[in-house]
Amino acid sequence: MLGVPIIADLLFIWFPAIASIALSFFRWSGIGGVHAKACASTGGLIPPDGCFYGVQNYSYAATTYPQFWPAVEHNVIWLIVFMLIATPLGMLFAVVIDRGIRGSRIYQSVLFLPVMLSLALIGIIWQFVYSSNFGQINTVIGHNKNSNLIDWLGNPHLNLWAVLVEASWRQAGYVMVLYLAGLKAFDPSLREAALVDGASAWQTFWRVTFPVLKPINIVILVVTVIESLRAFDLVYITNRGSNGLELLSVLVTNNILGETSKIGFGSALGVVLLVISLVPITIFLYQTFRKEQAR
Amino acid sequence: MTTATAPAPVARRSPARPPARVAAQVFMISATVLWLVPIVFAFYVALRPISETNKLGYVSIAHTLTLENFSNAWNQSDMLRFFENSVKITVPAVIITLFLASCVAFVVSRFNFKFNVALLIIFTAGNLLPQQVIITPLYRLYLQIHLPHVISDSGLLYNSIAGLIVINVSFQLGFCVFVLSNYMKTIPHEMYEAAVVDGASLWARYWRLTMPLCRPALAALATLLTTWIYNDFFWAITLVQTGNKRPITSALANLQGQFVSNQNMIAAAALLAAIPTLVVYLLLQKQFIAGLSLGSSKG
Repeated sequence: MLGVPIIADLLFIWFPAIASIALSFFRWSGIGGVHAKACASTGGLIPPDGCFYGVQNYSYAATTYPQFWPAVEHNVIWLIVFMLIATPLGMLFAVVIDRGIRGSRIYQSVLFLPVMLSLALIGIIWQFVYSSNFGQINTVIGHNKNSNLIDWLGNPHLNLWAVLVEASWRQAGYVMVLYLAGLKAFDPSLREAALVDGASAWQTFWRVTFPVLKPINIVILVVTVIESLRAFDLVYITNRGSNGLELLSVLVTNNILGETSKIGFGSALGVVLLVISLVPITIFLYQTFRKEQAR
Repeated sequence: MTTATAPAPVARRSPARPPARVAAQVFMISATVLWLVPIVFAFYVALRPISETNKLGYVSIAHTLTLENFSNAWNQSDMLRFFENSVKITVPAVIITLFLASCVAFVVSRFNFKFNVALLIIFTAGNLLPQQVIITPLYRLYLQIHLPHVISDSGLLYNSIAGLIVINVSFQLGFCVFVLSNYMKTIPHEMYEAAVVDGASLWARYWRLTMPLCRPALAALATLLTTWIYNDFFWAITLVQTGNKRPITSALANLQGQFVSNQNMIAAAALLAAIPTLVVYLLLQKQFIAGLSLGSSKG
């Protein structure tokens, strides 16, 4: 009963994760095998392959590969926008809905709708909002003439922000649902007591509600970081993640889908993602399993 | 579970002062409108012929509303096949994931093995990894694993429906093990003691006692998994090379290229692809939210 799921998880998730680390120290096109000899020692006209490359994949990424630093920057911007806009917006939705204002149910259903849709679909339907000649935005602001078009998804200075609006549109609803679950588990009498004691609504939220909700806040923090690192579908459906929309996840994938397959280099980029993602993963595991260990 | 079902919106505290209430309403109404605009507009575009929107733009009053884009999108592409692929991947993947995850969760929650926590950590952490971390070696692995041609006509795990089922199951196991083990821990020990006294085998305690009690959690997870696996884009883009083997969500990328001269038809195709998720949204929204809540509220 335990064997199959454990083998599946180890073979298809953890083995590739560990193999990523190992392969990142090799130069390998995927053709032929991998051996432990250092790359420099094999001479000849054809570049050596399947050989030990040390940290050169990493130094190539950091110093020569032109898309690496833009991708890192885009991932960081993605995370910042999620942290400062999408996530707080979702939390605000949740707080307002939880207070039971009239129409809460309708608001909740509508704001939640994008969470059910695939990101590929979201990327497609937003193209009609952003379309330069016919789209809503340009029509409304009067920039739909050929002389003054704004190319929201094509201009490399704008498209990341345009896609981030799409991403936040979905993320806010996701955070809202998670936070609502946390809020509903919250005992309202705590808040009443604070209000009776003369605390303002603002103080009550920050000093009472927010600290009590620490577990759900950590879940949301983790979800926010992980989702920013996973971001892929939206930029891929928009322009295959190029021209201003490079992300680490896209660079990794390009080494498989692209013309040249550089397994070692792709793995090194994957390891960069792995190292960053270990931070939120560790935080989550620590908060979740600390109690179990003690028991 | 009580946290998960949306309770009637009764005021949980003394009602806010009128100005605050008005501000809240204005805020929520504007947000709701903003949230609906992209979806409604895509639908509006899909209902109009390209000749008309090319002349008038999308923001204009429609002269003709027709379902032609939908029928053309359906007839001029392999959509039926893409939907079939989606079903062939999603249905087995959801069933296998729930079965395997419930087995692990049952063992972890019923027996006090030392490795329980380690096991839970391995599964949970595996589900949190960004998919791209593992894709490069996974792709190589998929090219190495051979399958009989009965299961995969590529002869490999790569480029096969079976391969997509395997990775979706492996990846989603973590989340389901985590949720189900938390859920099963709430089942009182006494019930199991009574079952043992009655001579119930291990299998009976799992299948006839635990699983029926977990029905609400299983239903919520099934809804969640169906949506997630149906919506999967990344695994299908990377692990399936041939266009006609792709499930509908990732096939949208191909359709985008195919219909590049008729954006309205792309909108129609995308909305057709959304029908199953919209059905889930309308009928099973509560289950979906319950699943998410189960995953997040048990710290």
